[in-house]
Amino acid sequence: MRGLAGFLGARLARALVALWLVSTVVFVVMRLSGDPVPLLLPPDAPRSEIFRVRAELGLDRSLPVQYAVFLGSVARGDFGRSIHFREPAMRVVLGYLPATLELGLTAFVLAVLVAVPVGLVSAIRRNTFVDHVAMGVALIGQSAPTFFLGILFILLLSLQAGLFPTSGRGEWRHLVLPALTLGAFAMASIARLTRSAVLEVLRADFVRTARAKGVSETLVVVKHTLRNAALPIITITGLQFGALLGGAVVTETVFAWPGIGRLAIQSIYNRDYPVVQCVVFFSAAAFVVINFCIDLLYGVLDPRLRTR
Amino acid sequence: MASSIPVSVPADLAAPRRRVPWGAVAGVAFVIALFAMAAAAPLLAPHDPVRQSLRVRLKPPTLEGADGFAHPLGTDHLGRDVLSRVIYGSRVSLFIGFAAVVVGGLIGATLGIVAGYRGGWADTVIMTVADAQLAFPFILLAIGIIAVLGPSFPTLVVVVGLSGWVAYARVLRSQVLVLRSREFVDAIHGLGGSAMRIVLRHILPNVLSSLVVVATLELARAIVLEATLSFLGLGIQPPTPSWGGMIHEGREYLDSAWWISTFPGLTLMLTSLVVSRLGDWLRDVLDPTLRGE
Repeated sequence: MRGLAGFLGARLARALVALWLVSTVVFVVMRLSGDPVPLLLPPDAPRSEIFRVRAELGLDRSLPVQYAVFLGSVARGDFGRSIHFREPAMRVVLGYLPATLELGLTAFVLAVLVAVPVGLVSAIRRNTFVDHVAMGVALIGQSAPTFFLGILFILLLSLQAGLFPTSGRGEWRHLVLPALTLGAFAMASIARLTRSAVLEVLRADFVRTARAKGVSETLVVVKHTLRNAALPIITITGLQFGALLGGAVVTETVFAWPGIGRLAIQSIYNRDYPVVQCVVFFSAAAFVVINFCIDLLYGVLDPRLRTR
Repeated sequence: MASSIPVSVPADLAAPRRRVPWGAVAGVAFVIALFAMAAAAPLLAPHDPVRQSLRVRLKPPTLEGADGFAHPLGTDHLGRDVLSRVIYGSRVSLFIGFAAVVVGGLIGATLGIVAGYRGGWADTVIMTVADAQLAFPFILLAIGIIAVLGPSFPTLVVVVGLSGWVAYARVLRSQVLVLRSREFVDAIHGLGGSAMRIVLRHILPNVLSSLVVVATLELARAIVLEATLSFLGLGIQPPTPSWGGMIHEGREYLDSAWWISTFPGLTLMLTSLVVSRLGDWLRDVLDPTLRGE
């Protein structure tokens, strides 16, 4: 168990450094983007008012001081007040978070529920018509630009077929197209990887042995193959979940979905540093946590890793 | 003496050991055609891509428009010919795509080789930065940087290039790590060869094929990222035609003029599909060990 603990400790340390680097880069980029105060005030605001607001936001202090203050507050979970919404950035982001979670989780669950069975069937029926069609669609899904996929879905399923609304958030119908768009890449990648992972295991000696001793094909697939193919599938699934966060920025823009991705883009235009910092920090933290959980899951699923 | 009598050869001997699949040939042909299209855009495009003609606004694909000209892919909201704009748009996509691959490749390959060859703290620092970059949605950083510097060709090239360096660095680092401990490196070192000489003359040629594979896969990604940024309004600015920008412009007319977004979108999708397939194929031929990277 010590090997695994050491491994996880090292990963955790690296993850924390990564989070620090991400915060620093965002801090620098957002400061470079200019003074937000004139955007906040009416154009004819007196200079004294500009100075007052600047001081209120702490923007009159030197950059190193601002940076130190920033790091200190982030460590306490305080991202400052949103310049645009005039309330704590954390509260703003938390207000938009449920929409993104709803979209992201739906896309993710949809991707896994479709991709793993499809990949499995493709592997078992390899080089058949079913396999070729499934993998062809997966290839297209993997290389299609997310934003154009969204446009195509709107065009075909919404405007032509009239099945789903084009944008916004509401009942389940609103969720279908954004979730499909966001999940497409993950779905395609997971399906392709599942196929190759299962194929690899199906060739293994122990599968031949299991068949030879008369184990039913279902049992061979479910018990011997899927369990052994699970590790690479879980790895890519986790990575894809992280990538979903990036995809959410584009998908939410295409479908006018009121989540943190769209909030981030609007906040960049508004130069609302605290909100941008908070969103980026949230996404990076989510990515880090997910990958950490995957490492943990590895230890559970593969007993060899615990002793090594 | 040449004979016209067919000689029967066992099939497994007659077939070359590794036949080039027709898909790869088609892929290469497609990329060459795309290049030719970008280079010869002024000759190929039937119309000036930025000339507006309000008389033929939002006209569906037609071979005989109201202005007496053919618009095989229709016209957009300003009466510009969509086909001509798609043809000219390939210039933006290919130019930024390639330039970004060069920028990302130079940075990533250098850092990857340094990390693999030097090891130690240099390795730790470089790979931590790489992890950090992978840990958050790069598109947000790209948008932030472009918002600061303003959208322009050089900014886009740098941003799209920077987005890709990690892929090169990771692949090259792991390969150099293996190469470094090989005898020939020790031998050159023993003979007094400098580290620079070992890297440039002996390690670089050994990792070149991986570099080509990663660069091809990255080209597809770079083209899509540029289009995504242009779609968000942060890429090439109007009136210069770019595929992403055209999709953005056509978005408002999806229900009345579907062709404005659809044709550049399909071209983009096809390009991305073909180039990434080409990368997959190159990987299988040149360097199967890269699978799963």
